[in-house]
Formats: sequence, structure tokens, C-alpha cells
Amino acid sequence: MTFVPKPAARHPLLKTNEIGLTRRDYEAIVSTLCAGCGHDSVSAAVIQACHELSIPPHQFAKVSGIGCSSKTPSYFLGNAHGFNSVHGRMPSIATGAYLANKELKYIGISGDGDSASIGLGQFAHIIRRKVDMCYIVDNNGTYGLTKGQFSATNDRGSTSKRGVPNLYAPIDLVSLAIQLGASFVARSFSGDKQQLIPLIKAAVLHKGFAFIDVISPCVMFNNHEGSTKSYSHVRNHTEPVVDANLIMPRDEIAVEYEEGTTISVPMHDGSELHLRKLSDSYEPNDRVSALTYVQKAQEEGEIVTGLLFLEEDAVDCHDILGTTDTPFNGLAQESLCPGAEKLEQINDSLR
Amino acid sequence: MQPTDIHNPNYFHKVVDCQWACPAHTPVPEYIRLIAQERYTEAYMINWESNVFPGILGRTCDRPCEPACRRVRTEEKPVAICRLKRVAADHKGDITPYLPKVPQKKNGKRIALLGAGPASLAVARDLLPLGYSVDMFDRDPGGGGMMRSQIPAFRLPKDVLEEEVDLIVNMGVNTHYNYEITSMKEMLDMDYDAYFVGTGAPRGRDLDIPGRKEVSKHISIGIDWLSSVAFGHTTSISGKVIVMGGGNTAMDCCRTSNRLGAESVTVVVRSAFDVMKASDWEKEDAMAEGIPILNNRPPKEFVHDNGKLKGVVFGRVKPVEVDGRLKYVPTGEPDVYIEANHILMAIGQENHCPWIERDLGIEFDKWDCPVIDEDSLQSTHEKIYFGGDSAFGPENIIWASAHAHKAAISIHLFCQGKDPKHDRPPEAVNLISQKMGLHEWSYDAEHDPSQRHIVPHADLKRSLDNIKVEVELGFDEDLGFKEAQRCLNCDVQTVFTEKLCIECDACVDICPMDCITFTPNAPEAELRTALTAPAETLEQDLYVSETLPTNRVMVKDEDLCLHCGLCAERCPTNAWDMQKSIIHIPQLSSYAE
Ligand SMILES: Cc1cc2nc3c(=O)[nH]c(=O)nc-3n(C[C@H](O)[C@H](O)[C@H](O)COP(=O)(O)OP(=O)(O)OC[C@H]3O[C@@H](n4cnc5c(N)ncnc54)[C@H](O)[C@@H]3O)c2cc1C
Ligand SMILES: Cc1ncc(C[n+]2csc(CCOP(=O)(O)OP(=O)(O)O)c2C)c(N)n1
Ligand code: SF4
Ligand code: SF4
Ligand code: SF4
Ligand SMILES: [Mg+2]
Repeated sequence: MTFVPKPAARHPLLKTNEIGLTRRDYEAIVSTLCAGCGHDSVSAAVIQACHELSIPPHQFAKVSGIGCSSKTPSYFLGNAHGFNSVHGRMPSIATGAYLANKELKYIGISGDGDSASIGLGQFAHIIRRKVDMCYIVDNNGTYGLTKGQFSATNDRGSTSKRGVPNLYAPIDLVSLAIQLGASFVARSFSGDKQQLIPLIKAAVLHKGFAFIDVISPCVMFNNHEGSTKSYSHVRNHTEPVVDANLIMPRDEIAVEYEEGTTISVPMHDGSELHLRKLSDSYEPNDRVSALTYVQKAQEEGEIVTGLLFLEEDAVDCHDILGTTDTPFNGLAQESLCPGAEKLEQINDSLR
Repeated sequence: MQPTDIHNPNYFHKVVDCQWACPAHTPVPEYIRLIAQERYTEAYMINWESNVFPGILGRTCDRPCEPACRRVRTEEKPVAICRLKRVAADHKGDITPYLPKVPQKKNGKRIALLGAGPASLAVARDLLPLGYSVDMFDRDPGGGGMMRSQIPAFRLPKDVLEEEVDLIVNMGVNTHYNYEITSMKEMLDMDYDAYFVGTGAPRGRDLDIPGRKEVSKHISIGIDWLSSVAFGHTTSISGKVIVMGGGNTAMDCCRTSNRLGAESVTVVVRSAFDVMKASDWEKEDAMAEGIPILNNRPPKEFVHDNGKLKGVVFGRVKPVEVDGRLKYVPTGEPDVYIEANHILMAIGQENHCPWIERDLGIEFDKWDCPVIDEDSLQSTHEKIYFGGDSAFGPENIIWASAHAHKAAISIHLFCQGKDPKHDRPPEAVNLISQKMGLHEWSYDAEHDPSQRHIVPHADLKRSLDNIKVEVELGFDEDLGFKEAQRCLNCDVQTVFTEKLCIECDACVDICPMDCITFTPNAPEAELRTALTAPAETLEQDLYVSETLPTNRVMVKDEDLCLHCGLCAERCPTNAWDMQKSIIHIPQLSSYAE
């Protein structure tokens, strides 16, 4: 916990984005998480990504459940909308909010306990419903907030701080998300912002459900020798397979890619997502092959990272339901509540 | 880049911008913290040890520390370092218990100090506690040099001057006032063990343009005139006065004339306003007193009527940059004529020593300046040392103090049969952790965003009526505290221990100034481009760690660090710690024990 507030003073040459804001304008109050918590790095990456996207903070809505991870929306985008819901129930809130207003950019922050233990059912259904949002799980393999119990993503054999091994096999949220129909699935590491920031940017812009599993070490309860979610273990066992880079319309494209290794995906706001394959055998557009690759690596104890699956031209729940594009707050009283006569008509049509 | 050697005393010293810029390397943040704690006496003594004249300097110092202050870069306006020095002096208690003891029994060595200005006085202060017998010679009736004879009382009250001069004299200096030195040979014949020449730069420059000779009774050399005012020989000036020159002497001349009854005062400068030698605050004060400053006007001719001065003709020029240097070219406009009854010539001084015979083994260079070793201040005659304005030309009081410390060490080494250049003690640095507990530091780490506080001034009419009324009133305790809080504690250093770092990025994320970057190592120029927010100026160094497990290095740009300690607070492993750097600048007092 930090008691000294972060000074408002800033570097005079800090970059401003297209709407004249600096990264500092995307910050919020100082974190109260343990010093060194991976979750704080994820927050910093969200701040940087949103700044680079040049979207005003008030056009975001932050949603979360319960856990150290779910507390973090308080520590970024201080001027955004937000809802800190109950444990494992963020998907319901997000779905409702998205149905009411599709114009906001939704960022969901959850934990492995929040999404893979208590909230697994909700997690499955928000994917199935294709809510257009960026859903991030700060995955530390533990219940940080309740002092370090194994969570459902903790690897079998990985030990607790006191050396007791975990007896259950893990749930892999990435595999689940691919399988359940998410149109954007990625994995990254809180300690690798270079990879994480472009992924968050792309996930925010992606139309459809975008999921990022971020391995985010808990320095307090799961960063010891014997843990498979510690800074050093993750650093030594990651294998990036697809590099993602979001090229905004105003960016100059400086990098030249090797022929055949790069896939260019146009985004609906005019930017382009460049996917560079780091592994020849990897197919990020093929659900089955991606799933196979991820699971095979998992068996070998390797953590594959990068943009693991992408479906272009995905649909979202408003498309499926044919609901109005206008947010509820933009609809007039008559359309929102057409009155008893209209209700009667509808009921009649169903009799 | 090579990993930074933080045990090199210069590394962290440079981070303390003010201390590094101060010629005497006064530990500024240390005394500012003491002021904030109302420990004025200790704050005063820290100054007294480094710069010898805190009360005087707190009013008159040229303050090279202020433009260097980090706050100029993080905000705009520096901490009012100089005015805080005055706060320490104005509010101090009894300092006698803290003063060095001067032994009754002398060490047998006799030292002659030529001139009784700040340079000589400071040498005396350093030598006396080691048992030296010190004889000080000056033509003036008292000690203080130009601090007494030049700096007007409305900037430096006599009692402030005398308190600090007397303190040293009363330590046991044998004074020989009203003593005109006319021959160095004669001095050498007195057979002292060593000599310190602190006779200043006492000759004012003159200007030879048509009419100069004819009107000579209407022209005074600025420094001669100021000293005759200081010693009470001149008490008034009448008619229209033109002050020629753009330095601090010119500012003192015009403000003094304004107080002694001049009908009008105009300062005319040949160069542009921005490049005038006078300090900004001197110019501001003169203008605030209603004195016009005319720039880009080189004098051409004194106009007179049979030797009676009528006025001066000035040309008109404008500055143009040629190959990066300013050159003045005529604008082609007609000349300007300004009426005048009296001229004060303040166009510079020289360190001219006509009384030093040129056959004594003291070499002079082609500009007629003594040849001096920069480290020891020894001349080509092993017994003779120079310091203050006599050494390298006119500077200021703080340089005189700095030279004096160096010369005192040299004289001591020489008297002990050691080599004044090569046997000098080295500088050193100590690092002391400031951690007191969780979230607790022994210094006030929180950043204070307030703007520089303004020093109150005496009522304008009252100060123009009486030359002895001090213009600046100084900060009271409350304002002093507020201003002290603006200091960023640049001596509390961020110290990084690579083997503890787990590369979690917590410090990178929290740092308000984007000082910290983890990146692959590269040569400095390339590394600088890899920083999150590269510095505008390259004066501050990069702090580079050993290579970390991810094959990157930690690079901290010292340029804008607020020393807020947040990196250390957010570090889970204490790889960052806030440690106070104490820079040991050798002084003779360390030999006293
Ligand atoms: C008008 C004016 C204003 C200034 N204002 C400031 C200011 O605000 N702040 C600042 O820091 N500096 C200021 N200075 C500069 C500062 O006064 C000098 O840099 C400083 O005093 C130099 O110290 P010193 O000990 O080398 O010599 P000095 O102070 O010049 O002392 C030399 C002494 O040697 C004596 N002497 C010289 N020749 C002989 C001789 N042949 N026989 C006997 N005695 C001799 C002189 O009488 C004098 O007392 C000012 C200078 C002037 C001219
Ligand atoms: C309904 C309900 N059950 C249990 C809890 C207790 N609880 C709070 S946080 C948490 C686990 C959080 O784990 P995770 O989502 O992984 O977050 P982390 O703290 O690890 O970031 C639990 C079980 C609760 N708050 N509400
Ligand atoms: S307990 Fe773990 S997850 Fe929670 S704040 Fe501390 S380090 Fe982060
Ligand atoms: S902020 Fe304080 S320590 Fe830093 S340079 Fe300025 S006066 Fe010196
Ligand atoms: S003390 Fe640390 S956090 Fe504060 S400005 Fe300096 S490097 Fe940044
Ligand atoms: Mg967790």
C-alpha cells in the first residue's frame, strides 16, 4: 500500500495523443495492492493502451467482480464509467450494460478465482453471448484477496507458499474461450508490456468478445520457488507464437515484415492489425488447430503467448438479437416505454 | 553503457544540482530541511562551514545554484535557495558553541594575507583553528573588501556585514588596516611561511572616446565612486546621471544615484538586455525603482561646452547571430543624444597588481594575469597563493570562499612539506538509507507543487529616501517554511540493487516523471532514445544497472527525478532504496581533530 499520493507533476515532454491527452490523464488513484503485484502492471498497460488509442476516458466502462484483480479498475481510467459487481458476476453486469449502451468501450477485469472458480458459468455464457468487450483475467493461480488459496487455474503439482502441492488439474481459460466461440483470444504476461499493450489495444477495437488471459504474479502468495505462476517461472517458460501490432491510421509503418509471415487484418476504425507468426506451424485463424497447439504446449509445461486466435468479421450479441444501435439514454420516452396499447398489441400477436 | 559507479563521489553529487553548481559545494538540501524543522542555527552552521558568509551571501550571492535547481526543469522557478540561506541567518540562535576552537598555542607558522576581502577572511578562518598565526593587510580602514566598499547598504546592511567579518577577525587575525601594499618584495622580506594574495580586482575600466579628457571632472569610475559613497566621502549627486555599463556595478551605481539626489538616472548599455552581465534580479530591482535601461547603444562621444559636460552621443546597433556568436551591427538609424551632467563608468574591472615586481619568480601571462595552478591556486612562486578576484579576474563572493578553502589546504600542505597539488585529500561520498519503516522515510518525501514564494520588499518611497534602508525584507519563518517545502531533496538518492530486482515493473509504473526504463543495453546515445520520456537536456547522467536476468538493464534518467521515493515504496523487494548522499568536499577543518 502506498500512502504518498502520486505527484501531479509530470515529464514535460510526455507524449500527447490525438485528443491532446497525456498518459497521466488515463490514470486514477494510486493502487492499494501489494507493491510488485502483477495486476498493477496490467493496469499500467491498460492506461497506456487506452491513451494510445486516443479514446476519451469517459467513453470507457470498466466492469469487474471481486478479488485483488477486480479492485484494479479503481486504479486506471479515473474518468471512466464503472461497476464493481459481486464475485463471479461481472459477466451479467457487462451483458446488461452492453445491451443498454453499445457505444461505450467495455473493459472487464476479473481474476482466475472470479472467472474460473465461482464465476465459471457466467464466464462461459458471456462468451457464448458474444458481448463486444475486452475481457481481461489477471491470472495468478491463487485467490490473492483471501490470502492465497489455490485457484482453479493453478497447475497440478505447483506448490503453495508453504510447499504443499496442488492436487487438481487446472482449467485453461484460453482453451475454454477458443472452444466457446470467442472471436479474439490472447495470452500475455504482466511483465511483458511490449506484448501486452498492443494486445489490449486490439482487443478494445475488436468487434466481438475479446479475451486476454494475463499471467500476473501474486508477489504475496504465489511468487515463490515451486509456483508455476511466479515471475521467474513464467519468464523461463513462455513461448510467444503470434506477435500482434496495431497500426493506427496516423502511424507510419516502419517495420518491414518477412514475406508470408504476416497477416494484416483491417479494423473497423481504419487501423490495421498486423499478426506476425513466430512459429511456422501456428494457425491463428483456425479454431481447432489453435486449440490443439495451445493444449499440447500446456501439456509440455510451456506457456504459449500472443494473439492465439482471431476470427475476422465476428458478430456480437446486438447483431444476433437485432436490437437497436441507439443507447437507451438516447431513446425518447415513447420508444422506451411505448405504453399499454403497444404492449397489448405485442401480447395479441403472441396469442 | 557501463554500469554506473555510484561510489564515485561525483555521480550523486551531480544529481544534487544546486550543490554541484555552488562553487563552495554548499549542501543545500541538507540546510533547507533544517530550516523546515526550524533548526536555523544548525542550518546556518552548515552554510558557515561551506561558504563562510551565510548572512551576507543570503542577500548578495550571485546564486549559480538557482538556475541549476532541478525545480527549473520540473516546474519553472527554482527554489529560492539564496533567500532561504538568509532565513537561516536571520533566525539563528547563539552559534558560539558550534564555532571551531582556536588553539592558544600557535603551530609556529606565520601566514600573510594580502587584502582583507572575503577571500583572505575565509583563508584566515580555515587556518586559525590549526594554530597558524595570520597577519592580514589592507589599505581600507576595516575588513570585508568589496563587500564593505562596494555593495551598497540597501542590499547589505552594515551590521550583517560586520557580524560575519568580525567573527573571523576575532578568531585571532592580526589586522594591519590602512596599510597600502606597494611592493611584493617588501612583503617577502618579512619572511612569512606563505602568502595569500587576495587583493581583488580593484581597477575599474575606462573608456577612451572623443571628449573623455575634456570632461574628466564630470566622470567617475563606478567602483571608485561606490567606495567613496560607502566610506561616507560622497553623500550626494546632482543633475542628470548616465550610468554606462550593464553589470551589477552599473545596477548598484544607478540605484545609489537614485537615492543620493540625482535629478534623473539612465543606464545605457552597448549590448542587448538579455546578455547584460547584471543578474536578472538586479535588473528587475533597478527597473522597479523607475530607472530606464537603454540597450544596444554604444557610446560615441561626450558633448561638452569648454569642458562642461552636456550629454553623450550614442550609436544604434542591433544584435545579429554570426556563426553562433552575437555581433552588433549598426541599424543605420540616426544617433541618439542624451543630456547628462555626470557619468558613472561601470564597464568592468581588472585584477591588476602593479605592486608585484615582475622579477620575483611570479609569472604573469600575456593578459597580465598571474599564472596559477587551478587545483592548488599556487603561483609559480611556491610560497605565494592567489584567490578571489585576484586569481582569475572579477567573480563574486562565493567564488572567493571556494578559492579560499582550496588555498588554505594548499598552504597547510606546503607548510607541512607536502605537495599542494598532488597530496590533496580526495572527495568521497557516503550513502545512508532513509527508510524508517513501512511507508516511512526520514525526510519529507511528498512533492509540494506550490509556486516560488515572493520575498516582500520595503516600501519604495521609504527605501529611495534613505540609502541605509534594506530593500528586501527576507522571508519570515512561515514563508521560509513554505519555500523550504518546495525543495525536492535531491540529495536523497534512488539507489538500485540489481540482485534484488524481480523486474515486476512496479517502479516504472508508479514513477510520476517516467524516469525508469528497463531495456536492452546500448551505447548512451542509443539508450537515451529507448527511454520512455527522453530528457530535453543531457546534463544529468543515466544511472545504468548491471545486466538483469531478462538481459535488459535498468536505466534511470536522473534528469527529472522528484526524489519522491515512490519507486522505493512500490518495490516489493527493496531493490530500490532512498539513501542520503553525503558528499565530502575536503576542507581544512577536517585536519583539525
Ligand atoms: C559594485 C559591486 C557590487 C558587487 N556585488 C556583489 C554581490 O552582490 N554579490 C557578490 O557575490 N559579489 C559582488 N561583487 C563582487 C565581489 O565584491 C567580489 O567578487 C569579492 O569581494 C572579491 O573578493 P576578494 O576577497 O577577492 O577581493 P576584494 O573583496 O576586492 O578585496 C580585496 C581587498 O584588497 C585590498 N587591496 C587591494 N590592493 C591593495 C593594496 N595594494 N594594498 C592594500 N590593500 C589592497 C582592497 O582594499 C580590498 O579590501 C560586487 C562587486 C562590485 C564592484
Ligand atoms: C460470493 C463470494 N464468495 C467468496 C468470496 C470471498 N472471496 C473474495 S475474493 C476471492 C477470490 C479472488 O480470487 P481471484 O479472482 O483470483 O482474485 P485475485 O485476488 O487473485 O486477484 C474470494 C473467494 C466473496 N467475496 N464472495
Ligand atoms: S495479495 Fe497477491 S494478488 Fe493481491 S495485491 Fe497482493 S500480490 Fe496482488
Ligand atoms: S530542488 Fe532542492 S536539492 Fe534539488 S536542486 Fe533545487 S534546491 Fe537543490
Ligand atoms: S524517486 Fe523514484 S518514483 Fe520518484 S521521481 Fe525519482 S525515480 Fe521516479
Ligand atoms: Mg487470482
